[in-house]
Amino acid sequence: MAKKVGGHGPQHSVHGRKPQNIGKTIGRLFTYFAEYRWLLLLIAIFIFISTLAQVVGTSFLQIIIDDYLTPMFKEYQTGAVENIWDMELMQGFVRTLLFLAVIYLSGVISSYLYSRLLLKVSTSTLFKIRQQMFSHMERLPIRYFDTHTHGELMSHFTNDVDTLREMLSNTLAQLLVGIVTVTGTFIMMLRYSWQLTLLVIVFLAMQMFIAAKLAGRSGKYFKEQQYAIGAVNGYIEEMIEGQKVVKVFCHEAETKEGFAQRNERLCHAATAANSFSNMLMPVMGNMAHICYAVTSMVGGVMGIHGMLTLGALISFLEYSRNFSRPFSQISQLFGTILSSLAGAERIFAMLDEEPEVDDGYVTLVNARQLADGTIEEAPERTGFWAWKHPHQDGTLTYTPVKGNVEFDHVVFGYTPEKVVLNDVSLYANDGEKIAFVGSTGAGKTTITNLINRFYDVPNGKIRYDGININKIKKDDLRRSLAMVLQDTHLFTGTVKENIRYGKLDATEDEIIAAAKRANAHYFITHLPQGYDTMLTADGANLSQGQRQLLAIARAAIADPPVLILDEATSSIDTRTEALIEKGMDQLMEGRTVFVIAHRLSTIRNAQAIMVLEKGEIIERGNHATLLAQKGKYYQLYTGMFELS
Amino acid sequence: MFRKIKQLLSYLGEYEKYAVLTPLVMVGEAAMEILIPFLMAQMITYGVEAENISYTVRIGIIMIVAALFSLLCGALGGRFSAKAGIGFGKNIRAKLFERVQDFSFSNVDRYSTASLVTRLTTDVTNVQNTFMMCIRMLVRAPSMLIGALIMAITINPKMALVFAVVIPVLAIALSLIASNAYPRFNKMLERYDKMNAALQENLIAIRVVKAFVREPHEIDKFELSADEVRKTQIAAEKVVLLNGPVMQLCMYGCILAVLWFGGKMSILGTFELGELSGFISYIGQILMSLMMITMIFISLIISMASVRRICEVLDEQVDITDTEADPELTVQNGAIEFRNVSFSYNKSSENPNLENINLSIRSGETIGIIGGTGSAKSTLVQLIPRLYDVTEGSVLVGGHDVREYKLSVLRDQVAMVLQKNVLFSGTIRENLRWGNPEATDEQIVEACKAAQAHDFITAFPDGYDTELGQGGTNVSGGQKQRLCIARALLKKPKIMILDDSTSAVDTATDAKIRDALKAYHSDITTIIIAQRISSVAEADRILVMDEGKCNAFDTHANLLSHNEIYREVYESQQKGAE
Repeated sequence: MAKKVGGHGPQHSVHGRKPQNIGKTIGRLFTYFAEYRWLLLLIAIFIFISTLAQVVGTSFLQIIIDDYLTPMFKEYQTGAVENIWDMELMQGFVRTLLFLAVIYLSGVISSYLYSRLLLKVSTSTLFKIRQQMFSHMERLPIRYFDTHTHGELMSHFTNDVDTLREMLSNTLAQLLVGIVTVTGTFIMMLRYSWQLTLLVIVFLAMQMFIAAKLAGRSGKYFKEQQYAIGAVNGYIEEMIEGQKVVKVFCHEAETKEGFAQRNERLCHAATAANSFSNMLMPVMGNMAHICYAVTSMVGGVMGIHGMLTLGALISFLEYSRNFSRPFSQISQLFGTILSSLAGAERIFAMLDEEPEVDDGYVTLVNARQLADGTIEEAPERTGFWAWKHPHQDGTLTYTPVKGNVEFDHVVFGYTPEKVVLNDVSLYANDGEKIAFVGSTGAGKTTITNLINRFYDVPNGKIRYDGININKIKKDDLRRSLAMVLQDTHLFTGTVKENIRYGKLDATEDEIIAAAKRANAHYFITHLPQGYDTMLTADGANLSQGQRQLLAIARAAIADPPVLILDEATSSIDTRTEALIEKGMDQLMEGRTVFVIAHRLSTIRNAQAIMVLEKGEIIERGNHATLLAQKGKYYQLYTGMFELS
Repeated sequence: MFRKIKQLLSYLGEYEKYAVLTPLVMVGEAAMEILIPFLMAQMITYGVEAENISYTVRIGIIMIVAALFSLLCGALGGRFSAKAGIGFGKNIRAKLFERVQDFSFSNVDRYSTASLVTRLTTDVTNVQNTFMMCIRMLVRAPSMLIGALIMAITINPKMALVFAVVIPVLAIALSLIASNAYPRFNKMLERYDKMNAALQENLIAIRVVKAFVREPHEIDKFELSADEVRKTQIAAEKVVLLNGPVMQLCMYGCILAVLWFGGKMSILGTFELGELSGFISYIGQILMSLMMITMIFISLIISMASVRRICEVLDEQVDITDTEADPELTVQNGAIEFRNVSFSYNKSSENPNLENINLSIRSGETIGIIGGTGSAKSTLVQLIPRLYDVTEGSVLVGGHDVREYKLSVLRDQVAMVLQKNVLFSGTIRENLRWGNPEATDEQIVEACKAAQAHDFITAFPDGYDTELGQGGTNVSGGQKQRLCIARALLKKPKIMILDDSTSAVDTATDAKIRDALKAYHSDITTIIIAQRISSVAEADRILVMDEGKCNAFDTHANLLSHNEIYREVYESQQKGAE
C-alpha cells in the first residue's frame, strides 16, 4: 500500500550531498529568473542602498564630532556665546543631522522594498518550479515510479524545494548585504587608519582560524549525530509499526533496552556536535570583543599622540565592531548555498528524466456509422467510437473500436536481465472474457500493463483492433481501456467526484446510473451525506468492499470497450464478493474483459483461461476443457477443494 | 499549559544542573558585554581626551580581561546548554518510548503509527531545540536589556528618556507583527500540507491517473493548490519582513535623537563625547535584546504544539495492567471459556462489537472461525491473550479469568499470529528467536518445518542467517506469514491462534501447515480464523460469526446441513466444482 513518506534513514544521506556541477546548476537556475531580471537588478540596487546607508551613517559620527561638536564645545567654553543657537556651526550641525536622517530613511525604505520584491520573485519562482516538477512527474513513465520510492520523490518536492526557497528568499540577499558591508567598512576603516585596520585584519585571521577549527571538530560529530538519528528514528518507526507484535510476544523489556542503547548513542554524539556549534557564536562574538578592546587601547594611545582625531577613533571602533560579523555569517551562507544547489541539482535531474514517449498517430474519435456501412467522424459524443488512422498516402481510414486484443510473440522484462514474459501469444475477441491464472510472479499483471502501454514491448507485437498499439496515441489507447486494480486508490473529495473521475463531464444522473450498475448505489445512499460524503486519505472511512465498488463505478462511468480487472476482488470476503460480482457481471456485458484472479471460482465462466507459469502460457482453454486436461489448472482447482 | 511544561521539565533528571548553570554563565557573558561599552566610554573620556596613556592602557587591559571572561562564559554556556538540551531530549524520548511500549492495543488504536512516530522524532527535536535556546537566551536577553538600560541611565538619565519612547514603540510593533503573522503562517502550513497530501495521493495512485488519462486534470488541480501556497506564503511573509525595517527605523531614530540631544548637551559640557559612543552601543544592545525576546516567545508558542502532542502520549491512561494479578498463577491447560462476553472498542454499551458471547472450548481442540468482514472474528480472539479487556462478562483460560494472570504468563502461553503481522530487521534466526530467546537451532528448524518455512529458508544463500529488511520486505507475503507462524510456534504455547494467517499461502501448503501443527504439538488448542472453508472444514468445531454475534458453533457436516450463512459461504467458494 502507501509507501512511507518522509522516512528518516535515507533522507539524511541524500541531503547535504555536495552538488556535482555548480556552474551548470546555477546557469539553469538563472533561466528561471530571466523574466525578473529588471526586478532583480532593482532588488540589488535596494540592497546596496540599504547596506550603504548603514555603513555611511557610521562615518557621520566622525564628521559630527570632529567638525561640529568639538569646535562648538571649545567655542562655548571660551564664553563668547551665550546661546548655542547663535553659533555659526549650529546650522551646519542641524543640516548634517537632517542629511543623515535622509540617508537613514532611504536605507529603511530600501530594505523594506528589497525584501518585499524579493518575496514576490522567490515565491513566483518556487511556484513555477513546483508546477513544472509536478506536471513533469505526471508525464514520467511507470518505470520511473518503479525505481524511485515515494519518499524519494516527496523529498524533491519538500526538502529540495525548501532549501531552494531558503537560498532564494534569504541566503543570496544576506550574502550581498555581507559583501557590501565588508567592502564598505573596510574602505572606511582604511580612510581613518591603516595601522588599526591591519590590527583588525590580524584579529580577523585568528578568528577565522579558530572558527575553522571548531567547525571541523563539530563536522565530525555532526556526521556521527546524523547517523545516530537515523538509527534511532529507524528503530522508532520499526517498533511502533510492530507495536502489536511486541505486545503479543511480551517483548517490551527487550525493545526498551534496544531503544535505550540507540538513544544513549545519539545523546553522546549530539551533545558533542551541539557543544561545538553552540560555542561557535559566543567564541566568535567574544573574539570580536577582544579585538575591540585591543583596538580601542591602541587607537586611544594613537589618539593621544595625535595620529587620530577623537571622532575618527569613535567611528573606527564602531566599524571594527561590525567588521567580523559578516565573515562568520558568510561561511555559513556558503554551506546553505551548496546544499541548496545540491537540492536544485536533484530537482533538475528529475526534470531531465525522459517523459513517456508517445509517437502514436492513431486517435480515438467519436463517429457514426452511415446507412451504407461507412464510418464518418462526428463532432459530438455519439457513444460510437472509432480509430482514426491516417496513412502515409494521405488517406484516412476509420476502424470501429471493438476491443480485439492480440499478443504476437511478445517478450518482455522489467529489467534486461530478467525476462518476465517469454514469447506470449494470445487472442481475445471483442466481448470475450479472458482470464489469467498462475502463481505470484508468473507475469499476469505484466500482461495487462503491456496492453495499456505502461511499459513498451521490445520484442513482439500487441495489436488492438488490428492496429499495432505503438501506433495508437497513448492517451487515446488508455481512454479506451478501464482498469480496476487490487489496491483501489480513491482521491480526496466526495463520493460523487470520485466516480466522476472516470468521465469528467458526467452528469448527476450518469453518476447515479453508474453507481447502480456497480451495485454501489445502495451503500452510497446510506452514507451520512450520500453522494456528497467526503472521502479521507484514500477512502479510509469506507470498507475495502465499498471502496472496491466505487472503483468499479468509476470504471463503469468511463464506459470503455475493454475492461481490465486485476485481482479486483482478492481482498474481499466471499460473501461481499458475491454482491460485487453482480455489479461486475453487468459491467462486463458486451466488453472484452481481462481478469486476473487467484480465486478460481471467479473466473470459471471465462471464454478462455490462460494458465501462466514463469512468463509462459502453459495451458489455455475454457474451464471444462482445462479440467479435462488434468494439467496445472486441474491441480490448482482441485487443490482448493481437496478437503471438501 | 504551565502544568505541561512543568511535567516535561521534571524529566530533566541528571541534566538539571546543566540547565541551571547555563543561564548563570550566560548572564555572566551578558554582564561583560554590558561592561565593555562603559569601559570604552571611560577610556575615551578620562584616557584619550585627558591624554592619559597609562589610564588608557589600564582600561584597555581591563577590557581585554572582561572579553576573555565573557568568552569563557560563552563557551561554557555552549557546552552546558548542549548537555542540558540534548540530555533533556534523550530523557523525553526515552519516557515516550517506554510509555508507548506499555500501551495496550486500545491505546495504540487511538493513535496512528505515523502520528506516534512524529511525536517521538520531530516533536521531541522541536522541544529539545527550543529548550536549548531558552536556557541560553530566556534569562540572558532580559538581563541584557535591563543591564544595558541601567548603564544607559547611569551615563545620562536625561538621554535615557529616549528609551522610554523607543522600547514601548518597538515592543508593540514587534508583538503586532508576531501576532499578525502567527495565524497567517498557520494558514500557509495548512495549504502546504494540503499540497503535499495531493502530491502523495498522486504518487500512490499514479497508475489510476495514467489509466484514466487524468494527467491534465491532476496538473490543473495541483496548480491551484501550489498557487494557494504561494498566496498564503506571501500573505504571511509580507508581515514578517516588516521586522527588519521597523528595527532599523527604531535604531536609526535613537541614534539621531542621541546625536541631536547628546550633541547639544556635549556642547554645553554636560555630556562627554566618549559617552556618546558608549550610549550608541547600548542602544544596539537594548533593541537587539528586545528583538531576541520576541523571537523566543514566537518559538515558544510554535513549540507548544509539540509539547501538547508529547504530553498527550505521556498522559494517556494505560488501560490494561496486571498489578492485581496473582504472580504465582500459571496457565494449566488450553481450555477457553467465554462467559456472557460483550465488547465494544469505544467502551459504550450501545452498538457493541461483540454481544453476549458464550463459548466453551476444551483443551486440545481445533476450532475454526468463519464470518464476513466486520463480523468481529479478530476481536473475539484478541480477548483471549487479553489484548483488549472485555466490556462485560469474562474470558477464562485454563479455568481462570485472564485478568488473574500476569500478562507475560498469559501471553507466553497464548501464541497469536496477527492478521497484520510484522517482521523486524535482523536475520531470520533473530526474528524467530522472538518466540523463544533460548531456542536451540534444532528447535528453530523444527518449528520452521512445521510452518512449511524450512525449505524456502534453506533455499536462500544465507539460509537462517538471511538479513530481513525493515518490515521483512525481502520475503514474499506467503513466506512472511509462514515465518510468523514459526515464530509463534517456538513459544511452545498451550493455545495457538491463527488470525487469517495463511491467506497468502497456497491451498496445498495451507493444508500441510495445519497437519504439521497437530503433529508438532498434539495437546495444543488451535483457533483458526479463515476466509476459505477448506482451511477450517476439518476442525473439531467451527464457529460462525455474524455481526458480532455467535451464529452457530458446530461441526462442518452439521453446519452444512443446518446453517444458512455457512452454506452460503461454502457454495460461493464451491461454485462450478460439481
